[in-house]
Amino acid sequence: MRQYLSFFRIRFTGGLQYRAAAWAGVATQFAWGFMTILLYEAFYRSSPDGFPMEFNALVSYIWLQQALLAMFMPWFFDPETFDSIVSGNVAYELCRPCDLYGMWFVKNAAARLANTVLRCFPIIAVAIFLPAPFNIGAPANALCAVLFPISVLLGFAVMVAISMLVYISAFYTLSAGGIKVLAVSVIEFLSGAVIPIPFFPDAVQTVLNLLPFASMQSAPFLIYVGYVTGKEAALTIAVQAFWLIVTLIGGRAWLKRALKRVVVQGG
Amino acid sequence: MKLYFKYAAILVKSQMQYKASFFMTVAGQFITSFSSFFAVYFLFDRFNEVDGYTFSEVLICFAAVLMAFSMAECFLRGFDTFPQLIKSGSLDRMLLRPRSVIFQVLTSTMEFSRIGRFMQAAVTLGYAIPTCGVDWTYDKVLTLIAMIIGGIAVYAGLFILYAAISFFTIEGLEFMNIFTDGTREFGQYPMSIYGKGILKFFTYVIPIALFQYYPFLYLVGRSVEWWYGLLPLIGLIFIVPCYGFFVFGLSRYKSTGS
Repeated sequence: MRQYLSFFRIRFTGGLQYRAAAWAGVATQFAWGFMTILLYEAFYRSSPDGFPMEFNALVSYIWLQQALLAMFMPWFFDPETFDSIVSGNVAYELCRPCDLYGMWFVKNAAARLANTVLRCFPIIAVAIFLPAPFNIGAPANALCAVLFPISVLLGFAVMVAISMLVYISAFYTLSAGGIKVLAVSVIEFLSGAVIPIPFFPDAVQTVLNLLPFASMQSAPFLIYVGYVTGKEAALTIAVQAFWLIVTLIGGRAWLKRALKRVVVQGG
Repeated sequence: MKLYFKYAAILVKSQMQYKASFFMTVAGQFITSFSSFFAVYFLFDRFNEVDGYTFSEVLICFAAVLMAFSMAECFLRGFDTFPQLIKSGSLDRMLLRPRSVIFQVLTSTMEFSRIGRFMQAAVTLGYAIPTCGVDWTYDKVLTLIAMIIGGIAVYAGLFILYAAISFFTIEGLEFMNIFTDGTREFGQYPMSIYGKGILKFFTYVIPIALFQYYPFLYLVGRSVEWWYGLLPLIGLIFIVPCYGFFVFGLSRYKSTGS
């Protein structure tokens, strides 16, 4: 456990160094969030009845999405990990007395978290003080406030576990570019990053809720804004836990198989 | 020009070396833009209209922007790597060669894998043109072509501007993304739905609305002002200050020395 903790610490403090980049990122995300809200506002003006949730709930959803972007962005991959697979450096990593899956998982999670820590507070701080319907609201009720952090953590872990699958696929393709683009676009759309899942047609929603992607960013944000509460929220968290276990076990098993046939290129 | 095609041919060949990856990237790009198409489709499925614009009207706007962006991107995204060229000092090498820097940057990378996005734009346009209910007279056809050409010019200008700024910052400027990738995403809808302030900004500062909103109004018959169809050509002028800024940056260029 201690070794993972120190891997985490190295990555985390390393990630915290890029502060100027983070500020630029904050400005970009703020503008992006603002444009998204204006877009939905136009739809809301045209037909408020079609809105699946309160307008302010959607605004909160979007600000959360921007604030926690670094946690849930599907396009973030650690280039080092890909390099080590392609260049064969993975051989060194295998010599270390620790579990490869765990190490990569922790490194990835740390890089994402460091980014989030740098970015989320300024965005939330500004979003709280915006005028009424455009601000980020408080959690819908006490239960939501309690369940939200649990759900965020689970969703985050599912996100990292799924991106691990993309890393492992590089053992087979050796050039990760293609699968990366493909995976990112699928994850982005199905996880509700492009449009929130409640805005999909009902039939599509039913399918999406059965897939692991809904357990990533959609679940915690919908709990926060109170779109799912009570029993349903507890069920959502159970589903998240289920997918986390499945993706973790699946990823581990797959990595084991990939390592059995790994050919290290060059010396 | 001959040299340009020679470079292009080399780049195609090098990218085709990783065939599986190339085709997966193309497929990925295709799906990415498909997902933004579905996002628009699903929202209209729920709301029917936005500010009085119907789905088929928005679709023609969507397709024109995507088309312009993907074409500009295919040939000009070389500027995307420009900050790295400065950082690594490769630019010094380019300055020594007897060809213009812009030419060399253009030919340093060409993203043929972006063909996926282009194909998606073509499909959408092919679907939107017959279904959008526009009576395709000659002037409307010309308006649509002008929209796409103007759009390419504006995006080209933005890519050059992005590179020019990095002369001063060395880092790439993430904020510029809101004008390139951002306007691609948000430009799927007529700019007016974001409110007057945003529309003014994207008319006078970054001239996105000139090729996307005003000619679009004429195209779908919401305005009878035929000269709206000529506004995209102002987009061509947008390149001039961007290029000027690039030249200015180049004249102040100090090598990073590595």
